[in-house]
Order: sequence, then C-alpha cells, then structure tokens
Amino acid sequence: MKIKGIAVPAFIVAALFTVNTAWAGSIVIKGSTTVLPIAQKVSEVYMKQNPDIKISISGGGSGNGMKALIDGSTDIADSSRFIKSKEVSLAVKNGIYPVPFAVAYDCIVPVLHPTNAIVNITMAQLKDIYMGKVKNWKEIGGPDRPVVVISRDTSSGTYEVWHKKVMKKERVFPGALLQASNGAVSQAVAKNKNAIGYIGLGYMSKDVKALMVNRIVGSADTTLDGTYPISRPLYMFTPGWPKGDVLNFINFVLNPEKGQKYVSEAGYVPLY
Amino acid sequence: MNGIICKEGVAFRRRFAQGTMFSLFRIAAVINGAALLVVVYFLVARGWRAINWTFLSQPPMDSMSKGGILPCIVGTLCLSIGAIAVALPIGVASAIYLNEYARPGRSVRIIRLGINNLAGVPSVVFGLFGLAFFVVYLEMGVSILAGSLTLGAMTLPVIIGSTEEALRAVPDTYREASLGLGATKWQTIYRVVLPAALPGILTGTILGLSRAAGETAPIMFTAAVFYTPSLPTSIFDEIMALPYHIYVLATAGTEIEATRPLQYGTALVLIVLVLGLNLIAIIYRSRLRKKR
Amino acid sequence: MSKSKQTGKGRQKREKSIRIVFFGVALASITTLFLIALFLFMEGIPIFKDVTVIDFVFGKYWYPTDDPPAFGIFPLILASIAVTVVSSAISIPLGVLTALYLSEGASASVREWVKPVVELLAALPSVVIGFFGMVIVAPVLQETLNIPTGLNLFNASLMLAFMSIPTICSLSEDAIFSVPVELKEASLALGATRWETIARVIFPASISGICTAVILGMSRAMGETMVVLMVAGGATMIPTSLFDPVRPMPASIAAEMAEAPFQGEHYYALFATAIILFLFTLAFNVIAEQISHRYRQVGAATL
Repeated sequence: MKIKGIAVPAFIVAALFTVNTAWAGSIVIKGSTTVLPIAQKVSEVYMKQNPDIKISISGGGSGNGMKALIDGSTDIADSSRFIKSKEVSLAVKNGIYPVPFAVAYDCIVPVLHPTNAIVNITMAQLKDIYMGKVKNWKEIGGPDRPVVVISRDTSSGTYEVWHKKVMKKERVFPGALLQASNGAVSQAVAKNKNAIGYIGLGYMSKDVKALMVNRIVGSADTTLDGTYPISRPLYMFTPGWPKGDVLNFINFVLNPEKGQKYVSEAGYVPLY
Repeated sequence: MNGIICKEGVAFRRRFAQGTMFSLFRIAAVINGAALLVVVYFLVARGWRAINWTFLSQPPMDSMSKGGILPCIVGTLCLSIGAIAVALPIGVASAIYLNEYARPGRSVRIIRLGINNLAGVPSVVFGLFGLAFFVVYLEMGVSILAGSLTLGAMTLPVIIGSTEEALRAVPDTYREASLGLGATKWQTIYRVVLPAALPGILTGTILGLSRAAGETAPIMFTAAVFYTPSLPTSIFDEIMALPYHIYVLATAGTEIEATRPLQYGTALVLIVLVLGLNLIAIIYRSRLRKKR
Repeated sequence: MSKSKQTGKGRQKREKSIRIVFFGVALASITTLFLIALFLFMEGIPIFKDVTVIDFVFGKYWYPTDDPPAFGIFPLILASIAVTVVSSAISIPLGVLTALYLSEGASASVREWVKPVVELLAALPSVVIGFFGMVIVAPVLQETLNIPTGLNLFNASLMLAFMSIPTICSLSEDAIFSVPVELKEASLALGATRWETIARVIFPASISGICTAVILGMSRAMGETMVVLMVAGGATMIPTSLFDPVRPMPASIAAEMAEAPFQGEHYYALFATAIILFLFTLAFNVIAEQISHRYRQVGAATL
C-alpha cells in the first residue's frame, strides 16, 4: 500500500543519517559572545586550511561556555572572564580539569549614539549612570535628552568585568535595558540617540561613538600597557590539556603569524 | 426633533446603527489584511536584493556578512521533516483512536485534556523541556534528534486536530458498508477510512511542517547553533536553522548593521517557505471541500 | 491471508490488541504533558531551597548572578500580565469584529479570500514578527512619539496582537457559525435588522465560544517568546508607563537560559520561572475549557 512504499526508502534515509562519520575531525566551541568574532574568523581560516575538520560555534555567553565545559558538551569554551571557583569545583566533580588559554585582550568601551556630543566620561559618572542616578544627559554636560541605559544580561562575561571594574560591585539599576550580546547592545545604541551602552572593542563600528574614559581612549596600546581602566584578557578553556585536533586549533589561535593575525583583524588586541 | 422618535426616525436610527457597525466590521477585517500585507511588503522590499543563487547555495562567510544561508535552509528542512516524522505517526494514531475506537467517557476526556493543554504550552517551555529531557536526561546532546523530538511534541496537537477533522469528514456510510461486507474494524480503518481521509491528513501535515519550520524557541537550546557552516551528516549533529539565524543575526551577531540585508533576505526566505506551505494547504483544503 | 486470521477468535484477539495499541499511542499527548510538568518541577524546585516561594514570586529584584543573588520575579510576572492585557485590548476587538464580519457581514466571495488572509497572518513565524517590530516599528515609534526607546511594552503588545488576532478570530468564527440558524431566522422574521440580530441574538448565543477564543488568545500572548524577546526592551523593572521597556517571563527565560551555569542556582531559578509561566497558561486553558463546557449552547430551544 501507499504507506509501505514510503516506509522503506524513509527507513534507508534514516539509517544513512545515523551513520556517524567518525573519520572527519570535529571541534565544538561554545561560550562568550565577546570571543565569538575571534573564534569565527579563526575557524573560517582554519577550516579552509584543514578541510576535513568541522567546527561548530555557538554563542550564548561565557556562562554557557563554562556550563558546556562542565557537562562535557564542548571541546573549547570561550570566555571573556576567568572561570569562577564554583565552576571549577563543579567541573572537577565531573572529572574535568579546565585549562585556560589567554587568546587575546579586549577593552570594554562605553559607546554613545553619534549625535550625542559628549566625548569623555569619568568612571564615577559611568557608575552613577548605571545606577540610575543620572536621568538626563544635560546633568553631565550633554544635550537635553533622557538617559537610556543599555547593559548586558547578568550572566555575560562582559557584564561581569563591567560590574567589577566600573560598578565596583554595585547593582545596575532595574531600568536598564538588558541585551543578550555585544551586537545587540551596539545595535540598540546605534538606533537610539538617548542611549549609552558598553561593548567589546571588537564590536566597534561607525554606527556608535566610543567615549574616552578618564581622558584615555580605549585601544590596543592602552589596553596592553594597562592605562585603560576597563580591559581584560579573553580566554579559551579546554577540558584538560588539549589533544589532537583541538590542540592544533589552539596552537593555531595562539600563533602570532597565524591566529593572532586574525585577532587584530577582528578588532581585538593580539597577545603580542 | 420629532424625527428621531417617530416611526421613520426609529427606522433610520436602526439602519444607521447597522451601517456603522458593519463598517466597523469591514474596517477590522481590513486592518487584519493590512497587517499581513505590511509585514510581507517590508520584508520583500528590503530583502529581495539579497536573494540570489549564492545566497541560497552557499554557507555564510566572512563573519556572516557575506555568503549565504545554505546550512540554515538544510537545517530547517531537517528539523521540520524530523518533527513530522515524530508527530505524524503518533498524531494519526491518536486521532484514529479518538475518532474510531474511543467510547465517550473518562479516558477520552483525559486524552483530550492532554491534547488541548499541550497545544497551549508556551514554546519556550517546550524548549526547556527539550533541554532537560532530550538533551540532558536522554543524553542526546544538542542535535537534530533532540530538536526534532521537541518540535514533534509541539506539532502533535496540530496533526491530531487536522487528522480528526479529516476522519470525521469520512461519511459513516463508508464504514457501515465495509463492516457490512464482513471486514473487521481495523481492516475498515486501514483500507477504507484512512485512504479517504488521506487528503485531509496531508493538509494537516503541510500545516505542521510550516509550523515546525517557523519556530525558534524550541530549537534554541536543543538543536541550533550560531555557526556551523558544514552540512549535517548525522542526526546527532548541531545545525543552523532559518528562524534562529534571523534571531542571531539581528541580536547576537558580530556585524549587525552590515548583515541587515542578509537578515531581511533570510526572513524573506523563511516566510516564503512558511506562507508558501500554508497557501498550498489552504488551496488544497478548499478544493477538497468543494469536491464534497 | 491465512485462515486463522479471517475467522473468529484469532481475528477478535487481533482487533483487541490493535485497539490497545492505539489507546497506548493516544496516551502520548497526555504523557508528554505530564513529562513536561515533571521535568519543569524537577529542575525548578531546587531553587526553593534557597528562596521561599513568596520571596520568589513577589520579590522585586531579579539579579540572579549577583553575590548574593536576588531571585524575585515579580517585575517579570507583572510585565507578562501587562503585555497580555494591553495586547488583548487590541486583539479582542479586532479579532471578534473580524469574526463577526466573516460569518455575518461578508458575502461568500469576500469570505473566500479574507479567511485565508487571516490564516496566513497566523502562519507568520514569531521571529519574523519580532524582527519586524524591532527593526521597523521601534524606530518609528521612537521618532513619532518622542519616547526614550521604541523597544517597550506598547510595541511588544502591538506585535503580540498580530499573533493572537488569528487565534481569536478563527475560534470566534467557529463559535458564531455554530449558532443554530433557526435563531437567526426567527429574529429576522420578527423584524430585527441584521445588526440587531447579531447584537442581541447571535452574540449572546456564541458568547461562550467567543470567551474561549479570547482566553486562548490571551494565553497565546502570555506564552509567546520570540516577539517579547526581541521587542519588549529587556529591563527588569515594574512598568509605570505604556512606553517603559519590560521583560516578560518568556523573554527572560530565553535570554538567560543559554548562559546559566548548568544546574546552578540561576538554572533552577529559570526553570522555576518556567513553572510559573506554565501554571499561568495552564490556568488560562482550564478556564477556557470550563467555560466552553458549562455554557455550551445546546440546541435552539435553550436560549
């Protein structure tokens, strides 16, 4: 009958699908949206040079990467913050010993809409804005417009660094619009002349204006010599010391002639 | 004025009320139609430029600002077909039981309760369920399999509903004739009722496919990832998918403004797929109804 | 076919076992529902070791990654309710009026193409509507109304109305359609205009079906994820104005789930939020079912 005629070929197709191609290498990368552009750019090049390796990348935040590392569902965890002690103990409980690799440096840049005239801001002013104390831009010398505060979801690594270095561990006020990624923050600020947000250096574009912090411009140099106040290393963690394909990939990323070249192309600060 | 309360005045008032209300009806319907047209217009106007053969047949390149969406199209197809592969057998069998075998009573009420409430579960709850059950507990990992099972659970009520409608439309005389000739109930269903109901079941399948193709939340945690340019080779692979791609490009991508035309293009491809499937189902169904 | 399959006992036994198989498969939907509830509770209950239920549901601050974390979802619940109420204010009139138009006011040929348009509106994927709201409606709102941000409660409600209108419309239409034609004819025969018939006879007769449709539409609005994720703004504050950015429950869950450390407190808290959401939509569905059962119009003589 009709049903039988479809069943047999369908079964064959399904069986074909379940055959796992075991000879092609595959690398799974999950984690921080800040590290994502680096991971993506480097992977594109790596896959072109090694066509039998398949890399799959997801974002979702540093917390997501750590989570995947802990339950063993990823080969590399991108993170824009160091691993937390709670995560270490959870990982060790599962028999996984996380190994960190610093793959780049990043600075977090506060950004405004291009039509906002302010060019410099102090750390204290940033903190006040994010605590909700500054309601209008004219209070700090800007145009007469309401302040719309854009921040990151609280489990983002970028947020954690902001929280530690700018907020000094004070809470961001509830009226801040929380976005899911650097890209979303950049977009929200670009579309809203009243907005302020913060993004990793790699997400800078002409649609937003970077602010100087304490009269220091966020850039590769000021990050590496430590004068820019809001900077951090970016990490890739592996479960245990990497082997095989993953080790090759990590070495590729760290190599100044290879991976690091693409780090600066992606707009981040290379290690050297 | 005397005119409002005299006989002609009352008649005028009633006609006036009717005219106003019916105009309001028409306005409401027009707003609905306009809403659909506005959305489609914007997507077409801003997205058609991105559609070309490269877009449809190449994976994304250069931090997704160039290239195409082939892995997304393939991923969405895999997921929808997978969802139907799960929902169709279970759904048709459930509908057969409810319509052909069940006697009104508590067990039927419980099953119907299950179906109606399953239909009302929010999509993000399905996503969490898929994560906790298929991905973690059954250890399938983020995969086409987990995503298909989750989407299949979501599509189940759609399939059951349309199959029941199709079965109900088969005249009882068919069944009576078959039983009268000595066939068993199962033989009647298998050889008489099901073939007669097949077109209706097909309509439901198409609608289910379109629903599964458009959903994002159930696949966010169970099957879809940000970037995996190679095509899937097994059901345990992670994949990209059209709706998730729109979401990540628009909110989590690395070059949001630069990829904007691609976002429109992807959205356009998705709605062409979804609305196309729905149109096919609608036209097919109205032809069926006319035949009867 | 062999003889034993055709005759008496063997045949009956086969039939019986087939029936049992079908019954078993039909239980799949209720089983799935049960599994969903089970896993939600399994992964959500652990949070209540650290936070009491009252504090969780009525707590005003959602800072799940702070040290110590604050797990109050009251702003999220209020946001969900607010967004549902406002979108229903838009979708109920539009949906019911369109349904009335389709069943009573339109000629058959108009009905032929308006009905498919409404169905196609239902078919639009939620992510596309969210995208539309975020990229096209939000800037327009911000410019014309001069508000701080276009990603807010109002925008989200507007987009959600897009999604609930087809549900309300088609279910209401079914209800109106099933009013016995004798009632309509009797009313017209007594001299009432078409509108008066609708207002005083058909509408009251189908009210239970329309109520069901409205409640299911509201349930859909409350549970919708992608639209609120992309459009509602994402601020965990209690809304004080129609144009405040908000963060309804589904948006919070979807945004934070990928980042919550596995089986950490945040993870449990998100599942607990999903439990609350699930209970809300379950309540909507149960109420809808009760209404449709109890106030069902049975026969033409009971009005």
